[in-house]
Order: sequence, then C-alpha cells, then structure tokens
Amino acid sequence: MEIFALVKQVPDSVSEIRISSDPRRTEEAGIKFVMNPFDEFAVEEAIRIKERFVDARVTALCCGPERAVESIRMALAMGADRGLHAWDPAFQDQDGIATARVLAAALKGRAVDLILAGKHAIDDVNHTVPSALAEFLGLPQVNGVTRLELAADGKSATARRRIEGGEEIVDVLLPAVITCEKGINDPRYPSLPGLMKAKKKELERLTLAQLGLATSDVGLEGSPTRVTRLSPPPPRSQAKIIARPTLEESVAELVRLLQEEAKVL
Amino acid sequence: MANEILVLAESRGKEVRRITFECMAAAQSLAAGKPGWEVCAAVAGPAASGIAEVLSARGVSRVWLHENARLASYSTAAFARAYAELVRDIRPRIVLAGATFLGRDLMPRLAARLNAGLCTDCIELRLDENGRLHVRRPMFLDKILADVEFTREGPQLATLRPNLFAPAPESAVRASIIPWKAEIGPEDLRAVVREVVQTAGQSLDLTEADIIVSGGRSMKCAENFRILQELAGVLGAAVGASRAAVDAGYAPHSMQVGLTGKTVTPKLYIACGISGAVQHLAGMRGSRCIVAVNSDAQAPIFRVADYGIVGDLYQVVPLLAAELEKALSK
Ligand SMILES: Cc1cc2nc3c(=O)[nH]c(=O)nc-3n(C[C@H](O)[C@H](O)[C@H](O)COP(=O)(O)OP(=O)(O)OC[C@H]3O[C@@H](n4cnc5c(N)ncnc54)[C@H](O)[C@@H]3O)c2cc1C
Ligand SMILES: Nc1ncnc2c1ncn2[C@@H]1O[C@H](COP(=O)(O)O)[C@@H](O)[C@H]1O
Repeated sequence: MEIFALVKQVPDSVSEIRISSDPRRTEEAGIKFVMNPFDEFAVEEAIRIKERFVDARVTALCCGPERAVESIRMALAMGADRGLHAWDPAFQDQDGIATARVLAAALKGRAVDLILAGKHAIDDVNHTVPSALAEFLGLPQVNGVTRLELAADGKSATARRRIEGGEEIVDVLLPAVITCEKGINDPRYPSLPGLMKAKKKELERLTLAQLGLATSDVGLEGSPTRVTRLSPPPPRSQAKIIARPTLEESVAELVRLLQEEAKVL
Repeated sequence: MANEILVLAESRGKEVRRITFECMAAAQSLAAGKPGWEVCAAVAGPAASGIAEVLSARGVSRVWLHENARLASYSTAAFARAYAELVRDIRPRIVLAGATFLGRDLMPRLAARLNAGLCTDCIELRLDENGRLHVRRPMFLDKILADVEFTREGPQLATLRPNLFAPAPESAVRASIIPWKAEIGPEDLRAVVREVVQTAGQSLDLTEADIIVSGGRSMKCAENFRILQELAGVLGAAVGASRAAVDAGYAPHSMQVGLTGKTVTPKLYIACGISGAVQHLAGMRGSRCIVAVNSDAQAPIFRVADYGIVGDLYQVVPLLAAELEKALSK
C-alpha cells in the first residue's frame, strides 16, 4: 500500500509576521519554520496505517523552497519511509491551484493508494490544495476528517468529520485524498534514533523538467490568482477598561456601552 | 462570458442558510451601479425546488435549479460536477459561496475542475472596470491582510466569511427558476456521506452565531461552563472555548475557537478567563466587538478587546447575565 502524506512548511504560529520591502511578500529572516500543524496529523495517521498494514510504505511529499526539506526530514524522523521534494525557482509565488498541479505531476505514474493532507495550511489558509489535487488526479476526497478507519483489504475506508452542528460519516473508496482535522490522533514526537535514521532515508528531488511541467503551468504564470499587496490588519484600539468603584457598576456600564456605543445588542 | 455573479446556495434540510443571503448581498453590492451585471443563485439537490422558491424572492435575476436523486447524500465530486456543468454552460464571471464547511469543501474542487482561480475566506470584494475581481483576505492567522486579484479570463471563484454582510432582504418580485442538466456517474460517488449525526447540545454552530461567549482554562471543569451557558442563554449566543479548556476536557473540540479550532466573526465575542494567546486570537480577531473578562490586567486579550473588565469571571459573568436580562427585557 502506497501512502503519501503532504507536508507544507509554514512559519511557526507564534511568529511575528512582517511585510518585506516587496509588499507582496513577507519577511523570512528571523522566522522559525515548522511543519504545518495539521500535516503532523496527516503524517501520524499515515504511520499508524503503516503499522497496521505490513506492506505499506509512507512517502512525505512537499513542494517548497530548499528550507522545506526540514519538514520532510521531520516526517521521516516520525517514521515516514522516504521523501519527495518538488521545487524549482519557477514555482515562486504560485497559488494553491498551481501547487496542486505540481503535486499532481509529482504523483503521476506512481502507484497511489491513499493521500493524507492537513485540513488547511496555517499561512495561506487556502483549504484548496488537497481538493484541487484530488480533482487533478481524478480521486474521491474527504475533508476535515477526525476519524479514519480503513477496511481490512485496504480498498475502502470510513471517515468521520464534524460539520456545523453535527458529524458526518462518509464511505470512501480508495485511492482517495483525505484531509486531517485536529482530534484524529496525537502526533508523536520524533525519537532521537528516529532523527538519526531520517538522515539516511531516501529523498528524491523533483524539478520543473523532471515533473514534465512547463513554466506556464507553474509560478505566477500558472496561477489564476496573485497577491498584489500585503498590509497589516487595522490596529484594534486598546481596550476601554471599565473600572467603576464596584463590579456591579462596571458591569452596568459595560452593558450600556454595548448598547449605546458599540450598538451590538 | 455573461456579466453574471452566481451564488451557490447552501441549505440545511428545507432551510436556506443565512450565509447564502449574505453572499447574495455581497454580490448585489458588487453589481450595484454596473449596467448589465446580474446576480443569480443556483441550487442542486435531490428535492431542491423549495429552496429555489426561497432564493427567487431575494432580489436575484434568475435561480438555477438542478434536481437529482443522485445528490441525495453529499459527495464533493458529485456536487462539483453538477455546478461545473452549469458554470460551463452559463459562463458567469464570478461564483460565490460561503466560507463554511460546505463552501470550503466544494469550491476548490469546482475551481480545479473549471481550471479557474479561487480565493477563500474573503472579507472584501471589489470589481474593476474590466470585470476582474479583487479581494481582500486574511492570511497568517489573521496577522496579515492580503489583496489578491484574479489574472485570467474565465470564472472567478471566491468564498466569503460569514457575518460580514447583512443578508439580502426579501423582495416582492420573484425571479424565474430555470432547471439545468448534469450527469452524475458512479465515479462521482466514490466518497458519499452515509449518515449525518446531529451532535447533542448546542444547536447553534459557532461559525453562524451572532454572539459568542467563550471560556478558557480558568473554567476549571465542564460543569462551570454552565455559567457561560446561562449568559449565552440571555444573549441568544453560542458558547465557545479556548484550546486549553478543550484539551483539559471541559468542552468538546466543536467549541474550540482558534488556529486549530474555528474561525469566528460574530458581532460580539465575550472572552471569559482567556489569556489571548496568538493561536486563540487567530480565530476571533475578526469579531466586530470584543469584550474581555480577566483577572489579570496584563493579559494580552486586553490588547485586542474593545471593552475589558479586570475581575473574577465567577463574579462578573453572573452579574453580567443579570444586568443583560434587565436591559434586554426593556
Ligand atoms: C499549534 C498550536 C495550535 C493552537 N491552537 C489553538 C486554538 O485553536 N485555540 C486556542 O484557544 N488555543 C490554541 N493554542 C493554545 C494557545 O497557545 C494557548 O495555550 C491557549 O489559547 C490558552 O488558553 P487559555 O487562555 O484558556 O489559558 P491560559 O493561557 O492559561 O489563560 C487563562 C487566563 O485566565 C485568567 N483567569 C484565571 N482565573 C480567572 C478568573 N477566575 N477570572 C478571570 N480570569 C481568570 C488568567 O489570568 C489567564 O489570562 C494552540 C497552540 C499551538 C502551539
Ligand atoms: N506546498 C505544499 N506542499 C505539500 N503539501 C501542501 C502544500 N501546500 C499545501 N499542502 C497540503 O495541503 C493542505 C492544505 O493546504 P492549503 O490548501 O494551502 O490550505 C496542507 O495542510 C498540506 O497538507
């Protein structure tokens, strides 16, 4: 069984994000990059399936600049078997649809039984790449899964996911694309031997030419959308701290402000 | 290419969800003052004519309807196929849906199928003189706003964050309802919802709530959430939680607000005993008005709040519920 886990490298959630001198980009200096937290769920789920199905192999697939190799190494240290790193300078600034096209090209001609991904990436929050990849590969998909059970023959699965006000149980035939939501598992931390072993695992690099893509398929040219400008969100004014002599009076004042000033009640 | 803005409707049972009317309002404001531009709605489902009727009375030019028994259970690929057929046929310039679970699930697949662009989670939309869509959307946990433009001919797809637009009002005129055809095959039905389980408890989902009352680690146990529930009851609000509260088992994950929970944009968000970690702010910073109740005057939540009370939530919350009860019954 061939399982692929999609991993994207993103700025750590606590990073302070600054806009660079090119207002379409963010400053990378000083940022700590990590594996997208939702992708940790994908890698963990892949490894757990591998632990159940002896013939299974887990490949971590990432499209991103040179630094993104660290996130592949992290997946390898957690227990993935090999890495696929798709990068070419031509991919710079591409949107989610173009990224999905690159990932589809990386998987073309390979045996695929299951593709696990994160629900969304915490940098661009596109919710786009896995679904577009599923479409490009002609595979079914289930997004936002909190529980995944594979049939014993590995040919189908049952997935659970939360929707507004309820939970859906989805039957899916494999191969398929599944995105993982918090709750599906608790990702393991890589062990020290795991980190050592990761260094020796196979890591395949794929460039534009090796992927069989043209420059018009990727980067800004291959992207139907593009960022024109980044800006900081409008500052929220400091809270009006309500401190009357008694809590009762403060609370009454708060209610008055909500009604008369903020007009939200 | 028709100068049409197509809103994909979302319903739950027989009810059209409010986000659909919000998308219609957004579309109407895009089309306003632009001669020849029209707003239309589309709905697909096993018995969607009732929904189409409701949509037709909201000031749209047309309602497209696809009734198909094969859509009885939700399948991303099947719905994407149905809508793709319509979009290929009528060639609207813009397709809008809510940034809800459904919109986020369906729109990327539809975009890929149409070879079109997609911007998700938009908070502002603008149309230029060439009919190109420009949007503003938050990125990096709402720490940055990005202006994004579409660069191609062909349909431009966007999902809209809930609670930003006042729903399109009802109008006296009814739009005509026009059926469209689509063939759904077995290959579109390889992932199908078998069952929907209604979760017990909160009926109002956080993402659709106008007002949210949230509690954090300081709730100390699940039972204490009762005082937030009581406050929420007075306000008609939903109850949310920080991750610390969820991880400690005081609240289910469906109530979690933030980076690994939900992104909410209510008009009023009341944070009780929540410190205001960036990952929590990521999910609620877009709220119109934020109130913080925290015993620590230095808590970072006060930096994003509009109003704050420094105090013990176990005293403030019941007082607030009582005071609101008085004020709102007037
Ligand atoms: C990858 C990642 C993802 C994350 N995702 C999320 C997410 O989605 N959502 C989220 O919320 N967090 C998330 N976090 C966790 C986040 O960093 C914080 O740990 C969490 O938000 C803290 O929750 P809290 O404010 O309830 O608890 P604390 O930070 O412990 O704050 C408790 C607050 O309560 C106050 N307090 C205590 N007692 C009282 C009282 N009696 N009355 C009034 N105030 C009182 C204290 O002064 C303090 O400010 C994530 C973290 C990481 C690393
Ligand atoms: N550049 C990338 N390389 C590998 N996987 C990606 C990449 N971008 C997105 N993904 C996967 O798609 C998921 C959703 O990302 P997004 O559509 O950007 O919100 C992520 O959690 C990853 O699993």
